[in-house]
Amino acid sequence: MNTLVQPHSQDRGGPSQPLLIVRDLKKYFPVRGGLLERKRRFVHAVDGVSFSVPKGKTLGIVGESGCGKSTTARLIAHLMAPDDGSMIFDGEGVAELGGIELKEFRRNLQMVFQDSYASLNPRLSIAETVAYGPRIHGVTATEAGRLTRDLLFRVGLEPDQFGSRYPHELSGGQRQRVNIARALAFDPRMVILDEAVAALDKSVQAQVLNLLQELKAERQLTYLFISHDLHVVHYLSDHVMVMYLGEVVETGPVEDIYGHAAHPYTRALLSAVPSMDPEHRTRVPPLNGDPPNPIDPPGGCRFRDRCPHAHAVCAARAPVLAAVGENIAHSVACHMNDSLSGHPEAKQEYPA
Amino acid sequence: MPASLVLPVNAVAATPSRSYWAMVWHQLRRDPMALFISAILLLIILSAVFAPWLAPDDAYKGSMLHRLLPMGSEGHLLGTDELGRDMVSRLMYGGRISLLMGVIPVLAAFVIGTAIGLFAGYVGGTVNMAIMRVLDVFYAFPSVLLAVAISGALGPGMSNSLIALSLIFIPQVVRVAESVTTQVRKLDYIEAARMSGAGAFSIIRVHVLGNVLGPVFVYATGLLSVSMILASGLSFLGLGVKPPEPEWGLMLNTLRSAIYTNPWVAALPGALIFITSIAFNLLADSVRSAMDIRR
Repeated sequence: MNTLVQPHSQDRGGPSQPLLIVRDLKKYFPVRGGLLERKRRFVHAVDGVSFSVPKGKTLGIVGESGCGKSTTARLIAHLMAPDDGSMIFDGEGVAELGGIELKEFRRNLQMVFQDSYASLNPRLSIAETVAYGPRIHGVTATEAGRLTRDLLFRVGLEPDQFGSRYPHELSGGQRQRVNIARALAFDPRMVILDEAVAALDKSVQAQVLNLLQELKAERQLTYLFISHDLHVVHYLSDHVMVMYLGEVVETGPVEDIYGHAAHPYTRALLSAVPSMDPEHRTRVPPLNGDPPNPIDPPGGCRFRDRCPHAHAVCAARAPVLAAVGENIAHSVACHMNDSLSGHPEAKQEYPA
Repeated sequence: MPASLVLPVNAVAATPSRSYWAMVWHQLRRDPMALFISAILLLIILSAVFAPWLAPDDAYKGSMLHRLLPMGSEGHLLGTDELGRDMVSRLMYGGRISLLMGVIPVLAAFVIGTAIGLFAGYVGGTVNMAIMRVLDVFYAFPSVLLAVAISGALGPGMSNSLIALSLIFIPQVVRVAESVTTQVRKLDYIEAARMSGAGAFSIIRVHVLGNVLGPVFVYATGLLSVSMILASGLSFLGLGVKPPEPEWGLMLNTLRSAIYTNPWVAALPGALIFITSIAFNLLADSVRSAMDIRR
């Protein structure tokens, strides 16, 4: 989608300023060893993740479960305190001196969760749930009621019919629509969709995805779309970021990632997607083994013990994200991309 | 109109929705067991509340001539006790104290325990740990023993047994409230509320309390019978209500001597304790199943 996006009413930084820039985000979870063990060890859930999301675009984050996708989302939303890292929202540092206040940032950023049931309070009716946010921010009951009706109608739920219902009376797709309506109640600029359609069946998923696309265009939204479903990411995203064990291994425009992936892990992920063509069955499993224990990630490249191209240099040094050839938008963290890394397969099998 | 608006989202039949408690009430009304139990409890409660008007006789005035009359005696439908006092009247008056002793400690524990449990569960971490481990000390003692010990230390009397019983129930309620709060706190709708910038107080009031109150309420209903039995036990041991106050536990104790001569009359207070506590328990069960309406 390269159409000119109408700037959002609260735009500050101009069209070329990315809406969100994340720098070197880190989160380590302490794990207790034995009962008397004093030495604390850490799960490296998110380890130095950096990326930026252009305005009006969708960044898809993909990876296996446990790779740190959802933790990244929660860190960005400040539902969890990061151990390190900084964020810039539309040119202003988040929760920094002279930057945007956390409260204001949160109003601009909303989240839709995977579990549509757990993310709705079972004791509140649909209308109460949607109106809750505006109400605590001092919007009058009549005004919040009007807003709620508009939002419910917009997400495809007849307000008169559904407003007074409770979450257990709705289907999964309907509940997810309510969650979307709630997220929109603040007129946010960015919405994090954390596996938002993963729990829905395919037909409902398509409806919700279409709704999300419409809303994005209508309200000049920017999405951070987290999913393990590569088809869905392909459909919705403009840019894709592939994570492995808390690190970004490859990032780039969706066509580049799906067209010519540079990282062996990305290629393995893509070849694991069930083929729609019976002539092209996947016969050999693209990847063996499990991801290594994130408590003690292997030194060097974290993917090396599952990588078919692993070499001595992969154990010696960790690769850094670098542009793939001339394409600055597409970057990968792999020694094979670096002609000076000393990897025997570097630049030979995967020319720029 | 975009395609997603005309899809069969509105397929569910339009039935008017009720509030949660209205639904619970609706369920309870259709439960014959709950209705039957409620009728019995209502009868017991009403006859206790209106004892001064309903009681056929003075509950304190004895008569040496009419000691230990059997059931069905003239003027004394359920006989008389060891001091010749009318059993009907004494059981009615006794219900006032026994029921109060059942309800007040549970009510106090419900309020205090829920507050502590919510706080501990919501704050979590070390604070939660500290509170719960302190309360675990109470768990180290059997509740009857603890009630006897506390009443013994405070001295006999109705208010002291109320305090003793409340102290016993508070840790139990806290534990239930804390565990439910800890579960609820991790759910996505709490995070969604935090995303909308809600403060801790608003989140607890709107999102946590409503979901914690239900399970705690059910648990507390179950405690009513325990409280009544314990209160009667304390009185039986001479640590609760003092004679000549009529109280079911105390009456059971004083009538003990007549168990061979007049067993039916002597068993009456015990039977009432039994019926009332069973009724409370069964009602708690019905409420529990009525509140579980997430189908």
